[in-house]
Amino acid sequence: MESLNIFIRSIFIDNMVFAFFFGMCSYIAVSKSVKTALGLGLAVTFVMTMTVPLNYLLNEYLLSKGALAWTKIDALKDVDLSFLSFIVFIAVIASFTQLVEMAVEKFSPTLYNQLGIFLPLIAVNCAIMGGSLFMQQKVEAEQITSLWQSIVYGFGSGLGWWLAIVMMAAIREKTTYSHIPEALKGPGIAFIITGLMGIAFMIFSGIKL
Amino acid sequence: MSSVKNLKYLTGPLNANNPVIVQILGICSALAVTVKLKPAIVMGLSVMVVTAFANLVMSLLRKGIPSRIRIIVQLVVIAALVILVDQFLKAYVYDVSKQLSVYVGLIITNCIIMGRVEAFALGNKPWASFLDGIGNGLGYASILVTVAFFRELFGSGQLLGFQIIPESWYAADGGFYYNNGLMLFPPMALILVGCIIWIHRSYNKDLQEK
Repeated sequence: MESLNIFIRSIFIDNMVFAFFFGMCSYIAVSKSVKTALGLGLAVTFVMTMTVPLNYLLNEYLLSKGALAWTKIDALKDVDLSFLSFIVFIAVIASFTQLVEMAVEKFSPTLYNQLGIFLPLIAVNCAIMGGSLFMQQKVEAEQITSLWQSIVYGFGSGLGWWLAIVMMAAIREKTTYSHIPEALKGPGIAFIITGLMGIAFMIFSGIKL
Repeated sequence: MSSVKNLKYLTGPLNANNPVIVQILGICSALAVTVKLKPAIVMGLSVMVVTAFANLVMSLLRKGIPSRIRIIVQLVVIAALVILVDQFLKAYVYDVSKQLSVYVGLIITNCIIMGRVEAFALGNKPWASFLDGIGNGLGYASILVTVAFFRELFGSGQLLGFQIIPESWYAADGGFYYNNGLMLFPPMALILVGCIIWIHRSYNKDLQEK
């Protein structure tokens, strides 16, 4: 049950876009058509499902305080390397994105061409780095206690981001034909729509899990 | 080197080429820290320092890095700088650093920094790149401070923690005034930025989308 709660919470209540504004850069830039939004969302979800558990393992067995106890070396017992976590997390994410890019290029050139420049840019998508950093916080707060839960959390957060960008793209496709003040067209109205969607998403925060 | 050109690197990003409201970069970490003015100022300064020094370092290294691995090199340089900033904040302004929580780490993935390194520092001299970094950091900070000003003033009636709206106005003391609680919620930051973009583009007609 605990994992189901984490799953639902990460999609709806702690939605990456509407509650924390993570991944806004690509969210605003890529949400012009539903098709590309679907592709990017898929890639982000996949990378997040993989990197959050990887970073969880690194956090458990390398970075956090006392994590090196498994080496059975006395001098390493109390070492706290958590100040290195930014650089380790981003290295994992960047190298994983590089791997995904090479794999997609090799096995599915059509998808590779569809995603184009957005694939390498996943490395600097704040949602992914944010997912790992929140995972680290939740481990400290003992809300995530196992590898399985970290997988569920990564997958759920990715799905939440996917949902948000596809919804946004669908709305923006419609607004192309609306009469919006000239100065508000493009990013201006996109921000305001996101804000209103965020207010709508706040109803989920009433759910007790 | 003409100083006019250097000045343009500094002032351009403040208005016509603002990284947040014109290029739509770096919004990710920008909006969640704007509930109060103080964390917004600290965040703006941190991003400015990181952008400036990341630009400087990458500009110095630009001839020695093969382009295939440049993204990973950039990330390592930026991450190292952010770790320094994070440790500095923890040491000197611990309460703000607690409020900013994961958003300090998210400076690494702030699109402004990567964007400036990619677009400017890889093709320009170190000093110009450094100024460009400062300018863009200031542009980012100016938006953050504007949004935070309105959110803190209307959301909690304070600025930098000092009471601005007189206590006697409040309904609790027999007055007529209520704080606007909506200002404290995250979606309001987005709507405020949307309005800033609206005003800005009404004055800069060439930025409007056709």
